[in-house]
Amino acid sequence: MTFNAILYVLLIVGGSALLSWPLGRYLKWAMDPAASAGGGNRWTRAFQAIGGPLTLKQQNWKQYLLALLAFNAVSFTVTVLILALQQYLPLNPDAKGELDPSLIFNTAVSFVTNTNLQHYSGEVAMSYASQLGALMWQQFVSAATGIAALAAMARGLAGRTNMGNFFVDLQRATFLILLPLAILVAILLVFGGMPMTLQGSAIATTLEGIQQTIARGPVAAFTAIKQLGTNGGGFFGPNSTQPFENPTFWTNVLEAIAITIIPMACVWMFGRIVGKMRHAGIVFVVMAVLMLTRIGFAVWFEQTPTEAFNTLPIAQNVGNLEGKELRFGAAAGPVWAVLTTSTSNGSVNAMLDSLNPLTGLMPMIGMWLNEDFGGVGVGFINMFVYIVLAVFLAGMMVGRTPEYLGRRIEAYEVKLAVIATLSHSFLILGLAALFAATPWGTAVLNNVGAHGFSEILYEFSSSSANNGSGFEGINDTIFTVPWNIATGLVMMLSRFIPIILPLAIAGSLAAKRPAAESAGTLGTESGTFGVMLLVTIVILGALTFFPAAALGPIAEHFQFYH
Amino acid sequence: MPSTEHNAPSLLDGSIIGPAIIGAFTKLDPRALVRNPVMFVTAVGAVLTTIGIVTADGDRGFIFQLALWLWFTVLFANFAEAVAEGRGKAQAESLRRARRETTARRLVNGREEQVAATLLQKGDTVVCEVGDIIPADGEVIEGIASVNEAAITGESAPVIREAGGDRSAVTGGTTVISDRIVVRVTMERGAGFLDRMIAMVEGARRQKTPNEIALTILLSAFTLIFLLVCVTLWPFGFYAGTSFSVPVLIALLVCLIPTTIGGLLSAIGISGIDRLIRRNVMATSGRAVEAAGDVDVLLLDKTGTITLGNRMATEFHPAPGVAAERLADAAQLASLADETPEGRSIVVLAKEKFNLRGREVAEPHAVFVPFTAQTRMSGVDFPALADQPARSIRKGASDTIKAMVERLGGQFPEAVTRSVDEVARSGGTPLVVVEGREVLGVVQLKDVVKGGIKDRFAQLRQMGIRTVMITGDNPLTAASIAAEAGVDDFMAEATPEMKLELIRREQAGGHLVAMTGDGTNDAPALAQADVGVAMNTGTQAAREAGNMVDLDSNPTKLMEIVEIGKQLIMTRGALTTFSIGNDVAKYFAILPAMFAAVYAADGATNGPLSALNIMALASPQSAILSAVIFNALIIVVLIPIALRGVAYRAIGAAALLRRNLLIYGLGGVVAPFIGIKLIDLILSALHLV
Amino acid sequence: MQSFLASLRLVVATMLISVVAYSAVVLGIAQLLTPATANGSLIANAQGQVVGSKLIAQKFTEPRYFWPRPSAVDYNAAGAGGSNKSPTSTDLTERATGTVAAYGATAANPLPADLAAASGGGLDPHITEQSALYQVPRIAAARGIPAAGIDELVARYSFAPGGILAPDRLVNVLELNLALDQMAPAS
Repeated sequence: MTFNAILYVLLIVGGSALLSWPLGRYLKWAMDPAASAGGGNRWTRAFQAIGGPLTLKQQNWKQYLLALLAFNAVSFTVTVLILALQQYLPLNPDAKGELDPSLIFNTAVSFVTNTNLQHYSGEVAMSYASQLGALMWQQFVSAATGIAALAAMARGLAGRTNMGNFFVDLQRATFLILLPLAILVAILLVFGGMPMTLQGSAIATTLEGIQQTIARGPVAAFTAIKQLGTNGGGFFGPNSTQPFENPTFWTNVLEAIAITIIPMACVWMFGRIVGKMRHAGIVFVVMAVLMLTRIGFAVWFEQTPTEAFNTLPIAQNVGNLEGKELRFGAAAGPVWAVLTTSTSNGSVNAMLDSLNPLTGLMPMIGMWLNEDFGGVGVGFINMFVYIVLAVFLAGMMVGRTPEYLGRRIEAYEVKLAVIATLSHSFLILGLAALFAATPWGTAVLNNVGAHGFSEILYEFSSSSANNGSGFEGINDTIFTVPWNIATGLVMMLSRFIPIILPLAIAGSLAAKRPAAESAGTLGTESGTFGVMLLVTIVILGALTFFPAAALGPIAEHFQFYH
Repeated sequence: MPSTEHNAPSLLDGSIIGPAIIGAFTKLDPRALVRNPVMFVTAVGAVLTTIGIVTADGDRGFIFQLALWLWFTVLFANFAEAVAEGRGKAQAESLRRARRETTARRLVNGREEQVAATLLQKGDTVVCEVGDIIPADGEVIEGIASVNEAAITGESAPVIREAGGDRSAVTGGTTVISDRIVVRVTMERGAGFLDRMIAMVEGARRQKTPNEIALTILLSAFTLIFLLVCVTLWPFGFYAGTSFSVPVLIALLVCLIPTTIGGLLSAIGISGIDRLIRRNVMATSGRAVEAAGDVDVLLLDKTGTITLGNRMATEFHPAPGVAAERLADAAQLASLADETPEGRSIVVLAKEKFNLRGREVAEPHAVFVPFTAQTRMSGVDFPALADQPARSIRKGASDTIKAMVERLGGQFPEAVTRSVDEVARSGGTPLVVVEGREVLGVVQLKDVVKGGIKDRFAQLRQMGIRTVMITGDNPLTAASIAAEAGVDDFMAEATPEMKLELIRREQAGGHLVAMTGDGTNDAPALAQADVGVAMNTGTQAAREAGNMVDLDSNPTKLMEIVEIGKQLIMTRGALTTFSIGNDVAKYFAILPAMFAAVYAADGATNGPLSALNIMALASPQSAILSAVIFNALIIVVLIPIALRGVAYRAIGAAALLRRNLLIYGLGGVVAPFIGIKLIDLILSALHLV
Repeated sequence: MQSFLASLRLVVATMLISVVAYSAVVLGIAQLLTPATANGSLIANAQGQVVGSKLIAQKFTEPRYFWPRPSAVDYNAAGAGGSNKSPTSTDLTERATGTVAAYGATAANPLPADLAAASGGGLDPHITEQSALYQVPRIAAARGIPAAGIDELVARYSFAPGGILAPDRLVNVLELNLALDQMAPAS
C-alpha cells in the first residue's frame, strides 16, 4: 500500500470520524431535545402543527411502529403513482416514456426501503419529475425513517416506555438533519463543477463531427442527498463514476465523506440518548475496525493488475483499472466500494463487477454484516442485534444472566434477535440458491463460472442489506420480471423486519426492572466487550457466508491467481 | 470456607456408567430427543444417512462409517445426560431408600394405625418414637425429640426438634433417637423435598430454566442457519456443475450445528443441581440456582455467619476504687451457673486474667438467680453466714442495673457510664456487675468475627456482590463489627419488617437479593428475596417461603450457592463458545473436501478450492470423516467439564470474560485443527477410508 | 386511519420543503453563481457551436487526435456504463486485443494500462500523462509536426488531480485535442 493511499484513507475515514462527533451532538439536539431546550422545542411545536393532532401524543413502541409503517405505506403509494404517471407529468424535457410495472414496483420498494437498487438507468428511463419528486423525495424520507427508528429504539433502551412520536421524529430528521446537510453538500458540489439544471440533454458535435447527446439535469441536489442518506441511487446509470455525478477528485472526497458521516454520527446520537458515551465509543471502534480492515484488504487486493491483460503487451505496473475513473486516484475505487457497502449506501465510483475477485468479496462482507456504521439509523439498529447476541454469550461466560444497558436479556429478546439475524441470512442465501439453480438467474448473467455466481450472490446481498449497489453485470436491460419481484420482496422484508424486531426488543427491555451494575456485571464500556462483540460479528458472519463466498469470489481467485 | 461436601462419585464409577450406557439408548426415543432441537436434527441426519447406506450410489463403506459416527454423536450426548442424571440420582436414591421401607403410625381420632409412608396425605398426623423413621416432611405439633438427620445432612450429631418455635420442622427420612413427637404431615405425597430433588435431576421431568430456554433458542437459531447453509449448498453446487451427496451435506450440517453444547446442555443443568445437593442444599427449582448466580446483594445474619455464634468476655473495666480482681471474682461467681457461652466465657476470662479458679457450681448455699425476661439480669445470692455477710451479685445490661442500683439508693458512678459507652462504641456489649448496690464495674463482651471472613467479603466484592450485615445490635455495635468484618453495609436493630423493606428497596434499585433465614417471621423476607435460603433447623413456614433449604443450616453457605449458580451459567457460556469456535476448523476440513472438484480444469481432479485444504488432510473422505469423528468424540471429552463445571474465579467480569474467551473461544478455534488432523492421520494409517 | 391522514400531511410538507424548496435553492445558487458548470461544462468552438462537455469523454478514432480510454457504451453520454466484466474475463482479453492492435503496442512498447481498461461510466474524460505521451508519435506523424511541441503541450495540460493524494498526472483529452487543433490546425 503506498503512502498516498494510506493518506487518502486517513483523510476520508478520519475526516468523517472527526466530523461525526459534533454532528452526533447536533443529531441528539435535533432528534431528542431536552425538555428544557428552547430551540429544539420550538421546532417540535412547529412539527406538531404540520403533522396535526396525532403528533401531540407520545407513542409506545407498537404505536410508533404502526405510524412508521403507515407513513411508509402512504409514501410507497405516492412514489408508485409518480413513477407510473411520469409520461403525463411536467419536468420531462427529454420525453421519457412509460415504465414496466414490475420495474415500478421494484423501484418504488427500492427507494422506500432506502435501498436504491436500480434496475433502470436514470438518464435513460426517468423524467426529472420522477428523479426529484419520487426518488429524491424518498431519499429524504426513507433516510429520515431510519434515523427516527434509531431515535425511538434509543429512547426505549434509555428506559422510556414512550418512544416519542414518529410523525414528529420524521420531520426532525428530514428538516433539521438531512435538509441542512444536503443544502451544504449540494452547494459544495455545484462549486465542484456538478450540473444543476432543469434543461434537457445537450447536443454536441464532436471534433470528429459526431453528434453526442449529453444527458444532464438537477444532478447536484440529487447527489447530495443520495450520499448523505445512505441512499446510493444514482442520477445516472453508472452512479458516481459518471463524470457529471462526480466531476473531480475533490467532489469524490466530499461524496465519500458524505457516505459515512451520518451513520457515524448516529452512533454518537445513540450514546447521547442512552447516556452511555463510552459504550458508544466502544461500538464506534468496533465498527471502525471492521470497516478499516476491509478497506485495507480491498486496496491491497486491487493493486493486482487486470488478469485479462496478462498475455497482452500492456504495461501491468498499475493496479486493476477496469471500471475505474482516473481522476479519483488509485485507492479511491476500493475505498469507496467498502464505504458504500459498509453503510448500505450503494453508490459506486468504480464498477464493482470489475473489481478483482477478493476485492469484490469485501463489499459483499460489508453487506453480510451490514452494521459497521450501516444505513442511517438502521446501521446501529442492526448492530444492536449483534450486541444482544454478544451480550448474551458474554454474560453467560461470566456467570450472570446477561444484561444490556441495565436490562436483562432473556429468552424473548434472544428470540427476536436471532429471527432478525436469520431473516437476513435466509433472504440472501435462500434466494441466491433459487436463482443460481434456475434460468431466472443463470440466463441473464454477464459473466460465467464463479464470477457469475458472485453476481447472483451480490444482487441478493445488496437487496437484503438495503444497499443497492450491484455487480452490474446483470445489467439493466436484462433484469427480468422475476428479478424485479424477488429483489423487491427481499428489500421490503429486510427493511422492515430489522426495524420491527429491534424496536420490539427495546420496548420489552424498557418495560423491565432495571438491573443495577456491579463489578460482576459485564461492562459494555470495556475493551474486552469490544473484542467480544467483534468476535461475535466476525464468527457469525463467517460461519454463515463462508461456503457461498468460497464458491464465488474465493473460487475465482484461486482459479486465476496462484 | 467450604462446607462439608459429600464425596462426588468418581466419573468412572461403574454403578453410574452401566445404567448410563443403557440410558443413552433408551433416550433415543424421539419424544425425548425432540426436547433438544440440536440433537433431534442430528438424529434425523443419522437416520437419513443410515438410509443412504442402501440408497446412495457413492462409496457405501464410507457412508456406513459416517452413519455410525452420527449415531455415536447422538448416543454420546444421551450418555452425558444419563451420567449426570445417574450422579444426581445416586445421591437422591440413598435418601429415598430410607423412606421406601417406612411404615408410619398414623393417628386417626386419637388411635394409632399402621400405614405405609407412601400413603400419607397432607394434614395426617403421625407419631414417631425412639428408633422410628419420620415418614414425611412435617411439623412437630407435640413433644420434643432429638433427631438424627444424617441421612440427608451427613451430619451425625443429633438435633433437637420440638413443637412450636423455630425448630419444629422435620424432614422425611430422618430418625428419631430420643423421646416422642407427633408430627403433622405438611407435604403432599411426591412434593416433598426429596421428591423435588429427584425430579430435578431427572432429565425427562426437568423444567428448563430461563437462561437455558434462551440458550436453546440461540442454539436452535444456529441450527437453522447451518441448515440454511447446507441446504443452499445443493443448488449452489448445481450452478457450479457439481452434485453434493446428501450424506456429505448431512455430515457438514451435523458438524456445524452446535452438537457439543447441545449434547451437554442438560448434563450441565443437572450437574449444577447435583453440586448443590452435594453441598447439602436443596433447591426447589432450577430457576433459583440460576438466580443465585445473578445475586449482587447478600443479606447475612451477623450471628453465626459473620461472627462466631456467641459473644465472649474480653475485658474487665472496674469502677473507680474497685480492684479489678474483685470485679473479676464477682463476675465469675455470678456466672458460675450461667451455662450460656457468654457466661462460660466470663468464667474463663477471670481464670485467665487473675487465675481465679472456677468454683464448683455447688458452692455451698449459693442461690443462683437465672436470667428472666422480667428482671433482665442474672446473678447469685449468698445467705448471711458466720464469717461473712449476705452477698447479692448481679450482672446485666447497664440500664437495668442502673435502675436497680438507684432503686436501692445507690450511686451509678459516672466513670462506669463512660466505660459502658466506650465498650458499646467499640462494638462490644457491656455487662455491668453489682454487688448489693455497689457498682463494681463493667465486663466487656465482644463478638468474635470469624477468621478469614474479611477476605471472603473482599472476594465477594470483586465478584460484584455487596454484603449487608443484619443484626439486632444497636447501631454503634453494629458499625464496629461491620468495620471489623469488612461488610459493605449493615442494618442495626433489624426487625423482620425492616428486612423485608430492605429487600424491596434493593430490588427496586435493580439488585438481586439473597438471604438466609430460619424463623417464622423471616418467611415474608425469604419469599421476597430472589434467593431465599431457609435453614433446615428453621420452621416449616420459613422452609416453604424460601426457594432453597440448607440441610446443614450453615448461613455461610450462601456464598457457595452464589458460586454454584455462576458456575452453572458460565459452563453453558464457555461450552457454547467452544462449540461455535470449533466450526471454523470444521469448515476448513469439510468444505475443501466437498469443493475439491468444483471448477476443476478439464481433466484435473483438483479444482481451485483445493487451496482451502490448509490442514493437508489425506483425502476428501478422510477429511469429512475426521471432522465427524472429532465432533462426536469432543462430546465425550467434555463430559467431565460439563459435570464439574468450569472453574470459577472471584475476579471481575471483564477479567473473567477475557480468561474464558481465551480458553474456550480461542481454544475452541484451535483445538479441532489439531484434533481433526490427528484423526485424519490415524484414519489414513488404518486405511479406513 | 388517523395515521394515514397524518402521513399525508407529512407527504405534502416533505414534498414542498425537501423537494421543491430544496431544489429551487440549489438550482438558484447554481444558475446564478456557476451557470457554466451548472449546465454541464459545455465547450463551444469559435463558431459558438457546442463541441462537447469538459467532463464527458467523446469518441476519437482519427490518428491526429488523442484517443480517450475505451468505453463500454461507445461514449454514449445519454446512457453511460462500464463493461461490468470480471478482470478475469476472456471478453476483456478479447477487447483489449483489439485496443492493443489499434495502438500497435508491442512487448517492447507496451500500452499503458489505462488505455486498455474501460472506465466505470465509459465517459472518463481523462487519460494519464503517460498515455498521452504514448500517443504523441502517432499524432505527430498524422499532423506532420514535431513530437517535441506536442510533448510540451501535454506537459502544459497535465495536472495531478488530488495533489499528493493522487499524484499520477492526467490530461483532459477533449481540452488537449482542442489545444492541439489550435496549435496545428488541421489542413
